[in-house]
Amino acid sequence: MLSFVEHLPLLIVVSSIISSITILIAGWINRKSAWYISTATILGQFISSIIILNHILKFGKIHYRLGGWVPPWGIEYVMDELNAYILIILLFLALLCIIYSKRNIEHELPEKVVSFYTIYQLLITGLCGVVVTGDIFNMYVFIEIFSLSAYALIASRGKISLRASFTYLVLGSIGACFFLIGIGFLYAITGSLNIHDLSILLPPFYTNRVIIASFVFILVGLSIKMALFPLHTWLPDAHAFAPSEISAMLSGIIIEVSTYAFIRVSFSVFTFKFLKILPVMEILSWIASLAIIFGSIWAISQTNLKRMLAYSSVANMGYIILALSLSLSSKTSPWGGLTPALMHIANHALMKGCLFLTAGAFIYKSNLWFINDFYQLGKRMPYTSGAFVVSAISMIGIPPSVGFVSKLYIILASIEAKRFIFVGILLLSSLLNLIYFWRVIETMYMKTGNHKGNSFPSPFPKDEIPIAMLIPIWILAVLCILMGIFWLAKIPMPILDRINLLFGLSQKL
Amino acid sequence: MEWFLAKIFAKYNYWIFIILMMIGLYGILAKNNLIKKIIGLNIFQTAIFLYFISLGAVKGGTAPIVDEKIIEKGYTYANPLPHVLILTAIVVSVATTAVALSLIIRMYQEYGTIEESEIIKKSTEKEI
Amino acid sequence: MIETIPSIKPILAILCPALASILILLSSKRPNLRESWTLIASILQFIFILSMAPLITNGKFVEYYLLLDVIPGVNFGFRVDAFGLLFALTASFLWILVSLYSIGYMRALKEHAQTRYYFCFALAIFGAIGVALSGNLVTLFVFYEILTISTYPLVAHEQSQEALFAGRKYLAYLLTSGVFLLAAIALTYSLVGTTDFMPSGILKSSFLHRSTLLILFLLFLLGSMKAAYMPFHSWLPSAMIAPTPVSALLHAVAVVKAGVFLIVRVVCYVYGIDLMRELNLGVLLSSFAAITMIGASLFAIAQDNLKRRLAYSTISQLSFIIFGVGLLTPMGITGAMIHIPFHGLMKITLFLCAGAILVASGKTEISEMAGIGRAMPLTMIAFTIGALGMCGAPPIAGFISKWYLSLGAIQSGYWAFLALILIASLLDVVYFYPIIRTAFFEKIPKNEVLEEKEPKVQLFSEPPPSLEREQPLFVFLIIPIGITAILSILVCLFPNLFYIYPLIQRAIQNLSGG
Repeated sequence: MLSFVEHLPLLIVVSSIISSITILIAGWINRKSAWYISTATILGQFISSIIILNHILKFGKIHYRLGGWVPPWGIEYVMDELNAYILIILLFLALLCIIYSKRNIEHELPEKVVSFYTIYQLLITGLCGVVVTGDIFNMYVFIEIFSLSAYALIASRGKISLRASFTYLVLGSIGACFFLIGIGFLYAITGSLNIHDLSILLPPFYTNRVIIASFVFILVGLSIKMALFPLHTWLPDAHAFAPSEISAMLSGIIIEVSTYAFIRVSFSVFTFKFLKILPVMEILSWIASLAIIFGSIWAISQTNLKRMLAYSSVANMGYIILALSLSLSSKTSPWGGLTPALMHIANHALMKGCLFLTAGAFIYKSNLWFINDFYQLGKRMPYTSGAFVVSAISMIGIPPSVGFVSKLYIILASIEAKRFIFVGILLLSSLLNLIYFWRVIETMYMKTGNHKGNSFPSPFPKDEIPIAMLIPIWILAVLCILMGIFWLAKIPMPILDRINLLFGLSQKL
Repeated sequence: MEWFLAKIFAKYNYWIFIILMMIGLYGILAKNNLIKKIIGLNIFQTAIFLYFISLGAVKGGTAPIVDEKIIEKGYTYANPLPHVLILTAIVVSVATTAVALSLIIRMYQEYGTIEESEIIKKSTEKEI
Repeated sequence: MIETIPSIKPILAILCPALASILILLSSKRPNLRESWTLIASILQFIFILSMAPLITNGKFVEYYLLLDVIPGVNFGFRVDAFGLLFALTASFLWILVSLYSIGYMRALKEHAQTRYYFCFALAIFGAIGVALSGNLVTLFVFYEILTISTYPLVAHEQSQEALFAGRKYLAYLLTSGVFLLAAIALTYSLVGTTDFMPSGILKSSFLHRSTLLILFLLFLLGSMKAAYMPFHSWLPSAMIAPTPVSALLHAVAVVKAGVFLIVRVVCYVYGIDLMRELNLGVLLSSFAAITMIGASLFAIAQDNLKRRLAYSTISQLSFIIFGVGLLTPMGITGAMIHIPFHGLMKITLFLCAGAILVASGKTEISEMAGIGRAMPLTMIAFTIGALGMCGAPPIAGFISKWYLSLGAIQSGYWAFLALILIASLLDVVYFYPIIRTAFFEKIPKNEVLEEKEPKVQLFSEPPPSLEREQPLFVFLIIPIGITAILSILVCLFPNLFYIYPLIQRAIQNLSGG
């Protein structure tokens, strides 16, 4: 008989679906209840995810068979340390975004409040489903669920976001279909769809052309989803013109869950032995470097703050993939294996979440989209600007913030892999990050007037955003620094070490 | 000649899958009209469904419905799993098409046209 | 025997400015409370640092690590040795004086954004003391960057176009050099697995390629652009747009001295004197520094703005320190190390006087300062003491440092270096003398009207009224100036004051013996 905790993975997904229908119905009766139901659900999910991680650290993996069917004939939900880690990050950011969205959505989309929360809950369902499942076709279905919700949510603002969402829809569907083709090839050869089962059945076929083709299709499909250069072209528009909490969710979670899907397929289905046969990691590292450099350079040329942050996300995906590609060649703990990549997934969610939420705050208060209009924001909205500065400092990579720790670990991993060019690229990108973030900070604090000659009379009225929006921003900003210190003190390391052990990537033991 | 037969005719399902997929991709990329793009996307997805289903065909297999008489006679069943998977995938495809079409309707309301090049021209960044 | 004593004193010393900065931010509405936090913190910090001096001079080390094994082999924390304590003493003592001065300066000029000023100042000292007390390259890097970032709002304080441009230039130079420094530290770590400071150096040439070590040294040198050597010096004159106390403490003592501190640390404690000699890097370094020594002095002669002239003088004097350490002889290194506090004292005197002149009369250009020696006698006497010391005249502190440097040059065996020191000192005289002559010996022109501050000045028949007595807050300005000027003389006569000389002796002993 399964203990209560072992039911939790499924409960997370099911409660989310039920809650989204409930919001739809309850919202018909009373519009204000939509936010409360949604927040309560996500809070419950977040607490469950912490309980799950706790359970896994003590007792090991959770296997849950849907409907009691034994795998590989039935669908199985498997929770190991990697799942639980990503689930916590995902639900934490979702919780903060929904707290933020209460005032923001009332302001931006007053007629669409109920549908917004319905689809938001569906988004969370899809994301949790991808993370929780142990069956590869199930993963495809949930990927499509969250993608569809994302398309709808991005387009909710209307006007220019419609086209952005449409482009994302077309490209995202192509990506998911490539993923499906990959699954089809795998099924054609092995006849199984269960992740664990596939990893046992595949080794004899590692040099089979169909399997290699399937890996490539899955790689390309997920690359579109996680906006890896050069398949990132949907990202700048989609992230820039979506409502701000959706931008935060997109940059912080959605592309990262796609990255998780890629990690899961590469390391659980095709184990690291397969990855050594093909020069996949080599090619990925170069693509990632291009992503880093081009993402940063494009970001410098933007005048729209949210577009700049979107290009910065492209660069950060480059960091994660670079860290991933070095995972096979670096064995020394603490920066060996998947640790830098997973660390940056968490850190990027924190930093980008904070940045997009502050950008949303600027838009909420005075509809400020362009950097040139940001003069004297340091005085008008001191707390929000302070949070922006903290997360910008973190993105640039100044100790002891989280951004610094990620970059440090990736640098150390590339030194160990004897790829000094990546060290140079990382340092160069820090400088480039500095350029485009500093421009914003300087305009906010130092400039007294627009280049067009507008300026505010001084002393400025202090015009801050409501507390409900300020609290999530400040929680994320403080965490940027606190988590940095935690990472340096190696507090969360045991989890990551166990993940490395799972995939056979560490040298310990 | 046998090579030709073996490589092309025997694997006709795979060839159809690839050709349809390319037609679909062409539609998505090259057509200006948004509806045509969605049609292309549909063709693309349908190609994949056909491929999957063709995987499930078993020589001499019959419809996969459990019936004692057929089991006694020793007939083989066609593989039902791909059909089930594709049902799910078709639902996903329908949902995607629905969302895409509603987006197109909204864009038509907003811009008055569904040609992508004209929409790009009309939407400038000033009216974010 | 190397005895290390774990003690919380380094942390206490660091906490003073850190806590002060938060308290300053909180008491922005009450200026008197805010200023008193700065003064209390600076005095407390100096006491903590001074209390470590007896231990260090007896050959012990004080250490306290905050995080162990951040990456295998690297602890994050403080390990105080003689050289580090020397720098810490300099910076903390001068903070007290400059805080006092700032109160008078900022209030007299009714400057804006004073809270931000004091906040960033406290953070900058936090960074400087952290650099001084750190036990390895990684800790030093963290505080080094904190120093850069916290001094940016001070440079761009005025918020005019020029100030913002100077600030951007400042950041561009120093953060780029920070990237090089990070590359150098990462490379060091990957070569030897540790970044601690050891008197005999941590890099050994037995298993490392010569070219690797040379490239690494180049990276370290590029990483210390804070030392304002040519051709990467132009951020310093541009940064003179900052308020004078900022120029005084930070750009004469804390920021630039952190740069040369880093170079000395790299030469003596990361590479080690023997390795440097083996690689012939000492001669290269000294020749490289000599270019700046002479070049900056030549630039200084051409400047009319007093603060810019002092900035180029600073650039030149910093290269004296790099020059001295490149000589690789005990006397040379003594000269370099002793120039850190002594030059700090003298330069602060000069800068504070420049600020006092600005407050009292609004003048910034030397050509306008005719006869000001008579209107502000105390200030200009202090200025003269500082200037004489910079030229190397006894009995002022600069004499001792130039003496040791010259002895070091002789000891190194390269007579050309001795000639270079003498030429550079001569050039110092060339650009300082005109200031003194203009101030004291030129007459105030007949139609000179000091209208902005002094409506009732008489033209030259009677001695002009003392501008100093007219300013109500001038006492805040003149006391620090007086203290630094008198101290410049005292440390020359009694070098054991504040443990300066014993600390240097201990440092040299560690380097050559230990």
